[in-house]
Amino acid sequence: MSLTDKTIAELRDGFRAGDFSAREIAEEFNAAVDAADALNAYLVKTPELALEAAEAADKARGSDSLKPLSGIPLGMKDLFATEGVLTSAGSKMLGNFLPPYESTVSANLKAAGAGMLGKLNMDEFAMGSSNETCAHGPVISPWRREGSNAAITPGGSSGGSASAVSARIAPGATGTDTGGSIRQPAAFTGICGIKPTYGRCSRWGIVSFASSLDQAGPMARTVRDCAIMLEAMCGFDPKDSTSLDVEVPQWEAGLSSDLKGKKVGIPREYRIDGTPGEINALWDQGVEWLRDAGAEPVEISLPHSKYALPTYYIIAPAEASSNLARYDGVRYGLREVVEGGGLHDMYKATRAEGFGDEVKRRIMIGTYVLSAGFYDAYFTKAQKVRALIKQDFRKAFEQCDMILTPTAPSAAFALGEKSDDPIAMYLNDVFAVPASLAGLPAMSVPGGVNGDGLPLGLHLIGNELDEQTVLNAGLAIEERAPSIELPKKWW
Amino acid sequence: MSDYVIKGQTGDWEVVIGLEIHAQVTSNAKLFSGAATAFGAEPNTQVSLVDAAMPGMLPVPNRECIRQAVRTGMAIDAQINRFSRFDRKNYFYADLPQGYQISQLYHPIVGEGEITVLVDEKDENSAKTIGVERIHLEQDAGKLMHDQHPTMSYVDLNRCGVALMEIVSKPDMRSPAEAGAYIRKLRSILRYVGSCDGNMEEGSMRADVNVSVRRPGEEFGTRTETKNVNSVRFVQQVIEYEAKRQVAAIEAGEEVVQETRLFNPDKGVTKPLRSKEDAHDYRYFPDPDLLPVELEDEFLAECRASLPELPDAKRKRYEDLGISVYNAAVLTAEVENARWFDRLLDAGADAVAASNWANSVLPGLLNAKEVAFDDPRNTPEVSAEILAMVDKGEISKGQAKEVFEYYLDSGDSPAKIVEDKGLKQTSDTGAIEAKVDEVLAANADKVQQYKDGKQALFGFFVGQTMKAMQGKANPQVVNQILRAKLDE
Repeated sequence: MSLTDKTIAELRDGFRAGDFSAREIAEEFNAAVDAADALNAYLVKTPELALEAAEAADKARGSDSLKPLSGIPLGMKDLFATEGVLTSAGSKMLGNFLPPYESTVSANLKAAGAGMLGKLNMDEFAMGSSNETCAHGPVISPWRREGSNAAITPGGSSGGSASAVSARIAPGATGTDTGGSIRQPAAFTGICGIKPTYGRCSRWGIVSFASSLDQAGPMARTVRDCAIMLEAMCGFDPKDSTSLDVEVPQWEAGLSSDLKGKKVGIPREYRIDGTPGEINALWDQGVEWLRDAGAEPVEISLPHSKYALPTYYIIAPAEASSNLARYDGVRYGLREVVEGGGLHDMYKATRAEGFGDEVKRRIMIGTYVLSAGFYDAYFTKAQKVRALIKQDFRKAFEQCDMILTPTAPSAAFALGEKSDDPIAMYLNDVFAVPASLAGLPAMSVPGGVNGDGLPLGLHLIGNELDEQTVLNAGLAIEERAPSIELPKKWW
Repeated sequence: MSDYVIKGQTGDWEVVIGLEIHAQVTSNAKLFSGAATAFGAEPNTQVSLVDAAMPGMLPVPNRECIRQAVRTGMAIDAQINRFSRFDRKNYFYADLPQGYQISQLYHPIVGEGEITVLVDEKDENSAKTIGVERIHLEQDAGKLMHDQHPTMSYVDLNRCGVALMEIVSKPDMRSPAEAGAYIRKLRSILRYVGSCDGNMEEGSMRADVNVSVRRPGEEFGTRTETKNVNSVRFVQQVIEYEAKRQVAAIEAGEEVVQETRLFNPDKGVTKPLRSKEDAHDYRYFPDPDLLPVELEDEFLAECRASLPELPDAKRKRYEDLGISVYNAAVLTAEVENARWFDRLLDAGADAVAASNWANSVLPGLLNAKEVAFDDPRNTPEVSAEILAMVDKGEISKGQAKEVFEYYLDSGDSPAKIVEDKGLKQTSDTGAIEAKVDEVLAANADKVQQYKDGKQALFGFFVGQTMKAMQGKANPQVVNQILRAKLDE
């Protein structure tokens, strides 16, 4: 078995046991990354950083001063500012941007001993569900429909991360989730991904999309790997006013798939017309697996969830329209100067050239919903609905400990299949968005494959700060679901 | 009631004024970043990653700025809002790196308060109370420099993100004099509280001047807002100019346009900055990077406890000590002077004599020697020592001036100066009486004339006695003895 086929836990334990060195791990992954250009997952490769961390890990092993992620190289979504390493957020606008600072989350991982394999491709400014909005070309999923060579999307926006983990060119990767950007790609590529409670991970140094929703999280092959990474990523950060000043639990040590005494809520409103039968069938199967683990299923109601998607597509673009105003060509990034033109000509030319269509679409939607005369009808109303959605969850968690839904209403689709229809694309996040609006921890774990042999995910939502229950339920599903065979290398 | 009226062709008009004062908060760091705030630093040397709006940078509120705004609110008896929030005001400009200014539109930190001003410092009856609508915190912008390059403008972000308090008055002022008194009083309060240095030349205080006109007693007219006026005199010029311009426009059958204007100090006129058609839509919304500000009892208690005695209370205390309304107003206007004067009182000086000395005598003495009031030599203790000698009759008021001048030149103590220069006047009645007797004996003819009714000769005898005493006699004692001898 190649080292790249191992999970983070296996690599960690094998490295500690002396089965192999950190250098061997880094070298194998660096080579695998180099051999996977066809996937377009990595925008920047940093083999030297992976080796540097590996050397430190090997030394630490000698001196018995190992850190939690010593010896583990990881992929970094391009939304995280990495000091001296190109950070483009998948955009032409930041095509030349070398941050003089390191994001808190990536710094936390570094401090925990992890190395960095490179920067992972993504939808531009994390806006997209298929990785087709990236300025550097789409990421290709290692998955293919049975009997077809058509390129499949890994989902988005953390598509590079999903593709890399599923293709074993990173044992784990960081993702960010604003409205499903960790969970949907995890589901599309047969891996795990968790978005923790809003405020668990510092947003400092993560290029902002929608501040009240953005949250970092890990993407990895197993629930245990997610727990390991999440522990290293989280923690209070005084540089982020919305960071939560709470202890980081030992999630890995707390893992248990025994769900006796737990109740799993099944929201009746999530039976949406038009959802494929195989999705609903998997959902039913998921309930049975959790019951088998000792949990008691209860029907719950989340009546305002049906408004979650439109609410999200008001709030997220509104915040984005303001967050992205700083990309004006004045201080860094792209600058397009019009001969003989003034400041506003520079703004127009720079932003017309630097942003892609989807980003422009969302800036326009956001500008519209915040403008005089429309603010109350859209933005204020959306904030009120958001409060009601949160209240729904609060009530639901009086009756249950976790909620189970499908992660996405379909399996991965082919590249180009939905790119002309933004609404169809947005609908992909219908199950993911309510937990984002409520700031709750939520995870996607693989549940099986569909008729085409493409993976499907199950979605677990937990109460505020209760990542442990989400991880434990995820583990229970992981133990019972048919094991996913990741695609063999064709790239 | 103000008697300031604009005489139009169709009758009298009243001017209605509201002021928005932007006061830079005294603090070592900016409102949402750790960068320093020193004035006059090299361009772009006081800029953090947050101020430059680098990708992924986040604002963190500076507790000290919030504290200063709360203390300012308490100083004008305003409602302190335990819950406030920051909003984004969105617009594009090269001096605004984020593409939005963080401000407080919907939930300001301070609500309604009031400031009482004396429109005429000499007249207690000229007091007028002017309402304050709100105080909110916001970020300052950077500065563009257009003269550094032939085709481009340069940006200096040093000021970008510095905390400002926007203090919004109600439309309660009716004359340039009232507006001037309001700004001066507000500046005085801010400096007492220590929340703003009030330095208008350096831009620490700037005013947006809202002016409209109406027939007395009628509804408010349409107002104009003249931005960024940076002296009391200019504010008053803006009011006078705008009031006349608006009256002329209305009387010519035109309408006053609600617009933003700029003042040209060289020409003394205001000009439209932009018209309503291309007015900004600022798309205010709550800043999602920041949590609401919730103030706790302990914090509020500390803010209140840290407030010094404020101008009005101090003025009242001085007046209660017998100091005149005018002197009390002048002494309390500037916090440094008031603190100096308090030390003079603490050193035991008589309040009324000290107030006359500090207001009428000392400034002239300092001016003549070109010594600043805050010169380290000008200690209240020295003045107290001199005033004590006057009080005890050891030197005259005239000699007091002399002693102070010698003191400034030599640095010697007043006691030593009096000793060395032989200035000490005598109250020794025996010695004085002897000289008086000599003077009266030598001028028997004049004594007779005095007794015959030529009272004016009294001064002559005083002068002769003082001369005989080489100027060192206590004039009061001389007077007493002379009166006794001449009127017996």
